[in-house]
Amino acid sequence: MSGNVTPAPEKAPRRPFLRRALDAIVSGNAFTVTFLAFVSALILGAIIIILATPSAIRAWQDFGYAPGEALRQSWRAVANAYGSLFLGSIGSPRAIIDAIRSGDGASVVAAFIPLSETLVSTTPLMMAGLGIALAFRAGLFDIGGQGQLVLGAIGATIAGFSFPSLPAVIHVPLAILSGAAFGAAWGFIPGVLKARTGAHEVITSMMLNYVGMNLLTWLLTTGLVQAPPRNQAISKVVVAAARLPSITGSSLRANLGIVLAVLLVLGVGWLLNRSTLGFRFRMLGANRDAARVAGVQIERHFTIAMTLAGMLVGLGGAFMVLGVDFRLSPLYSGSIGFDGITVAILGRGTPLGVGLSALLFGAFTAGGRTMQVNTSIPLQLVQVLQAVLVLFVAAPGVIRTIYRIRLTKAGGRVFGGWAG
Amino acid sequence: MSDTVSRQGEMRRDIAATRRRGFGIALFVLAAIILLLFARGTTPDARTTFQFSAPPAPSLPPLPFRALPVLLGLGIVCALLGVVQILWKKNKRIYLLLGVGLALTGVAFLAWSGKGATVDVEGLLMTSLIEAVPLTLGALSGLLCERAGVINIAIEGQFLVSAFLGALIGSASHNLYLGLLAGATAGALVGLVLAVFTITYAADQIIVGVVLDAFALGLTSFFLQSLLAPHQDTLNSPAVFSPISLPLLDRIPIVGPLLFNQNIFVYLTIIILVAVQVALFRTRWGLRVRAVGEHPRAADTVGINVQRVRYRNVILGGIVAGIGGASFTIGSTGQFAPNMTSGLGYIALAAMIFGRWRPLGALGAALLFGFTDALQFALSILNVPIPSSFLTMFPYLATILAVAGLVGKVLPPAADGKPYTRE
Repeated sequence: MSGNVTPAPEKAPRRPFLRRALDAIVSGNAFTVTFLAFVSALILGAIIIILATPSAIRAWQDFGYAPGEALRQSWRAVANAYGSLFLGSIGSPRAIIDAIRSGDGASVVAAFIPLSETLVSTTPLMMAGLGIALAFRAGLFDIGGQGQLVLGAIGATIAGFSFPSLPAVIHVPLAILSGAAFGAAWGFIPGVLKARTGAHEVITSMMLNYVGMNLLTWLLTTGLVQAPPRNQAISKVVVAAARLPSITGSSLRANLGIVLAVLLVLGVGWLLNRSTLGFRFRMLGANRDAARVAGVQIERHFTIAMTLAGMLVGLGGAFMVLGVDFRLSPLYSGSIGFDGITVAILGRGTPLGVGLSALLFGAFTAGGRTMQVNTSIPLQLVQVLQAVLVLFVAAPGVIRTIYRIRLTKAGGRVFGGWAG
Repeated sequence: MSDTVSRQGEMRRDIAATRRRGFGIALFVLAAIILLLFARGTTPDARTTFQFSAPPAPSLPPLPFRALPVLLGLGIVCALLGVVQILWKKNKRIYLLLGVGLALTGVAFLAWSGKGATVDVEGLLMTSLIEAVPLTLGALSGLLCERAGVINIAIEGQFLVSAFLGALIGSASHNLYLGLLAGATAGALVGLVLAVFTITYAADQIIVGVVLDAFALGLTSFFLQSLLAPHQDTLNSPAVFSPISLPLLDRIPIVGPLLFNQNIFVYLTIIILVAVQVALFRTRWGLRVRAVGEHPRAADTVGINVQRVRYRNVILGGIVAGIGGASFTIGSTGQFAPNMTSGLGYIALAAMIFGRWRPLGALGAALLFGFTDALQFALSILNVPIPSSFLTMFPYLATILAVAGLVGKVLPPAADGKPYTRE
């Protein structure tokens, strides 16, 4: 590969732009690794799709007689699956253009459903990823996104149905803040335990996931939360005045949540890169001992970072319930709290990266549902793709070996053992 | 291993002293629960009946008793244990005392919740033991890895993959032993992936573990729906291992049906448990493993191949977790269901931590967690005013308390979670 000729940087004369760009790509910055990891995940996904398609498997059994047929069947299965993944997440470009040209309101709305669904799925992922990424940057591994998300949803729901006659201007912020407070409480516990007793946040926050989920199960049987006839495990419904308004004013489900999520991404970006608090967090993450020597009260900042992380993840749950579902059900959060971890890793702990990763995973989720309907490929393929993608991103060395490229940086370490 | 470094020895003694006090206080709390919570609301004439019979042992008559005096007695014994714990400074068996206290609380709980009814104690113990099997194996898997310095969060993933393959192979081949083998192999393969990523490529162990769990969950659900579901009766309906009774031993009342009339998984768990305990603490192999987990550089200096020890242990751990995973399908229900382990891999991890990275401790924790789980079924029958969600929370809360050091801090192996590279 052409990258082999790079001389040592200090001796290098100014090289042509193209050569530098090529070197930057080949010598493996974050972008290259992510891109190659993405390609690898798609390839592995293709193999899994072929394995799960009976017609393709049959064609491969006859590979000796009709090799072309095997390849054709496989190609068709993979193209169908990935094609409907695209259609379900972004939509058909032609349909969008045609709809806009025709000017017919209903068909425009219909053409934008996939994009709207992508944004709906992106919102909680973005918030969960953002919170977990913030903790990462402070050198903490918040594995409790699941519980924080559930608590955030509980807080938002309780505030959302408890005040029947508040105006929306007050009720929406109130419900959001309530969700934030509940999530923050679930982040505070591991934070303060780590600060006071040294208990590792990975263990405590993971355990709190299950405590939170069981708390929800229990709440759904209490008179406070359970919907009136009380024969079903669902909560009362959030009143209309507490719901997040739609951003398009149409029947599309995309709502204010995604706007707030993007604003919070910018806000956390500011916090981490421009504020004193963020600087202290990054010091903690880069080198805990140095931070202590430099006078950062590390115990206090553990607590603050975990609380903020819990708050952000909790907001994800609040946006979900106030923007889309309006009520709680058992196992409400699905696996979004865990997916938030993968979003944060894929985004390498930066707010911008988290935003983009969440968009990608949101598109995967929305597209996966369409794929499940249109082809026989189950939705869970998406989860496999995400996991493989993040696995490779977490171990750039593997990518380096597979693609035989040089990498300059192995990426920061977020974790140093239970005792850390 | 004797503590040659005196500072470390002192630290351990300090920890032991705090732990002894903490355990004493914990025993007082248990006594208070028995006396204030259970005994206070019990009328003098309330009766509870315990039942201990299960085939094939000869049946015992049910045991009815007055609840109040029993509760008072148990509470007082518990408080006395607390006094002994705090005053007896040379006591080496502080965990045993706490364990006895917990067991007494369990009995008190049953006596209280079963007022006016019959409690099938034997059935409860049976369920606890069966629930404890995968938990113990998962915890042993985590322990094998972590004693060598590799954190294994992928236990849940190993459970799922091996439960899946155990059901698939057991069903397709009509041979349960092949299914068991497939399960163990599947666990080992997940372990191998974990090893390659974290040992060779020094990727973050927690991240890789968490992602492997997500991967396993996705992959098993995916193939369940796309491959197994259309052929449910040929590919996903394995037989299950039937109990093997050890002649004569299974006739011992109470103990016999519990320990000597179980399926292969219970026996395997006991064998593996003893093997790991002996191997880790009584053999050269174990000394080397622990050296690698505590101080890899020193181990390397004396000629131990750190990477190889870690690889071997992570894969061994995978096999053990794989056997535990297979027990979910071919050991109990047969069919594989999506996400059927539902977080038990994480409870296994909790059991390992709660058991202080020791095999017997892990067994104790697994039995305790298994018992709380079994209680849920019992409670729904007995109609006790405790929501079952709170019982489900118990293992998690107990683990949080344990790691927060409220009952004495637990110490992991020193190099746990740190990748090792030679300089």
